[in-house]
Amino acid sequence: MTTLRTVGNRSRTGRALTYVLVIAIALAIAVPVAWVLLASLKQKSEFYGSPWVLPRGLYVQNYVDAFVTARMGQYFLTSVLVTVLGLVFVLAVSVPAAYVIARYEFRGRGLVEVALLAGLFVNVNYIVVPIFLMLVDWDRSLVDVLPGGFFIDNPGVLALVYAATSIPFTIYLLTAFFRSIPADYEEAAALDGASRLRIMTSVMLPMARPAVTTVVLFNFLAYWNDFIIALTLLPGDGKTLQVGLLNLMTAQKAAADYGRLYAGMVIVIVPVLIVYALIQRRLIEGMASGGVKG
Amino acid sequence: MTTISAPPPGSTDRTSEPAPSAGRSRRGARVPARRRGDVGFVLACLLPALVLFAVFMVVPTVNVFRMSLYTWSGFSPDLRFVGLDNFTRLFDDEQFVRAFQNTVALLVVVTVVTMGMGLFLAAIMTRQRLRGRNLYRFVLYIPNVLSVVVIAAIFSAVFDQENGLLNGVLRLLSLDGLQQVWLGDQKLVLWSVAIAMVWQSLGYYMVLYMSSMASIPEELYEASALDGASAGRQFFTITLPLIWQNLRTTLTFFVMSAVNLSFVLVRAMTGGGPDGSSEVLLSYLYKQAYTNSSYGYGMAIGVVIFAFSFLVSLLVSRATRREPVQF
Repeated sequence: MTTLRTVGNRSRTGRALTYVLVIAIALAIAVPVAWVLLASLKQKSEFYGSPWVLPRGLYVQNYVDAFVTARMGQYFLTSVLVTVLGLVFVLAVSVPAAYVIARYEFRGRGLVEVALLAGLFVNVNYIVVPIFLMLVDWDRSLVDVLPGGFFIDNPGVLALVYAATSIPFTIYLLTAFFRSIPADYEEAAALDGASRLRIMTSVMLPMARPAVTTVVLFNFLAYWNDFIIALTLLPGDGKTLQVGLLNLMTAQKAAADYGRLYAGMVIVIVPVLIVYALIQRRLIEGMASGGVKG
Repeated sequence: MTTISAPPPGSTDRTSEPAPSAGRSRRGARVPARRRGDVGFVLACLLPALVLFAVFMVVPTVNVFRMSLYTWSGFSPDLRFVGLDNFTRLFDDEQFVRAFQNTVALLVVVTVVTMGMGLFLAAIMTRQRLRGRNLYRFVLYIPNVLSVVVIAAIFSAVFDQENGLLNGVLRLLSLDGLQQVWLGDQKLVLWSVAIAMVWQSLGYYMVLYMSSMASIPEELYEASALDGASAGRQFFTITLPLIWQNLRTTLTFFVMSAVNLSFVLVRAMTGGGPDGSSEVLLSYLYKQAYTNSSYGYGMAIGVVIFAFSFLVSLLVSRATRREPVQF
């Protein structure tokens, strides 16, 4: 505050300008999002003419259309299933791995760490094509047993791919956190006769809750929001919400059926906005603790 | 998509990197795997993660490089080794050259604008203690939790030629002459994509820089204010040097995330059109692989993407190396 006082008058106009700038940027972000929420309640005829007119009434039919006719309801369930399964998978394999990397000396630990760090630099979208071809190949070799195919169009497999490709980031963050916990707790538990497994699950895991929460948050956003992998691995009817929305976008271009599209967008946006509003502090803290978007 | 990754491994200076590398781990005592049964425990904990990582990340990555040496039209068993032919073909492929140029242009423009604005906003939000800054922070971070499909749909509505928000605003302001076919004009479409990219990532970097600026002690600013330093001078002599390591890390990773973001946005918003004018490297890879069934050729583009993003990250990391300043 000292700065402001010494510079005096000049800074008062500067401060006003600052407010104008920041508010303008905030509006540039908030207005289009709010506009989508409003537009989802407009009737078809209202989309012609100025886009800035408020909706005349609450035209809920758009939502019925989106949920039922455009099957967004069904896609919503697929997305929930895939996201939850992906989170379960990634935690089930990453927590134990991160724990032993942080706490045990074993041969090849350096190599494992380097390989996982290198994995941070491989973006999933760089390697979706070979993953897809590999799964198609597996299906083909199983054709005698399972003529319908197993790996493609399987939400479980999609969840597994999500989990596998977020392993480097997840282990990286968890390992760092495990290392910051003093070893005294484990030594005490070991003296009390706790087994290695029990030390990991009942002593260390509860203490690592903040890191686990951060990991769950970031992975939730990544899985829920992905559409490239889902588009590739679920080409059939069981789509995820994002792919369903993409189809609505394409359909709208042909038929100019805006209402259904905006209702679909709201269905996709609202869950993340709720989660974000609830946990924004945690999300921002987690980011400060070393997550950089890749 | 927002895949999250972390600061680069201690490839360079470890001094102020938040990455807890070897130095820190010694503090927490490690249990040597010597007791009976320890090896089994370690293996049981490690193997599931390593197997998944190997099958779905290592093998596909290796396959990108391997397949780039073959021609293969997809599902037929007809696989032919052609050496580096795919790569020499790339240089004569005008569409590839354009996709490369578009990627570089987006990378440069979006990096400069996002980082510049992000730093500037973070500095005024932390230094000027604006009223309601938690609200601004909340709003500015929203695009980062939205999916790219949603952002593409929002910007299709903003840029729509007839009923779009942008042309609507211009009409309201009687600036009809400035109305454009934002996504249909070959010269404009790339900049429309760039605007969407900045819109998506600005808040993320602002929040990131705000949190590292918040840890700079207030006394430094007070002392320099007594010496008569202006806010601008303080930014360049105090703020910037002290968050330099953080800035460097984000820049290094920004390359990869921008290459990826440009693709997902283009895929959802323009499909590379009109007439290939907004094609970027990854979207061209997809077109070759899925639409054209030239998997080998597509993977050669993949190799170029790997090499390109690695090289740029390395260059950025080298060019921004400074003696770490501490407070």
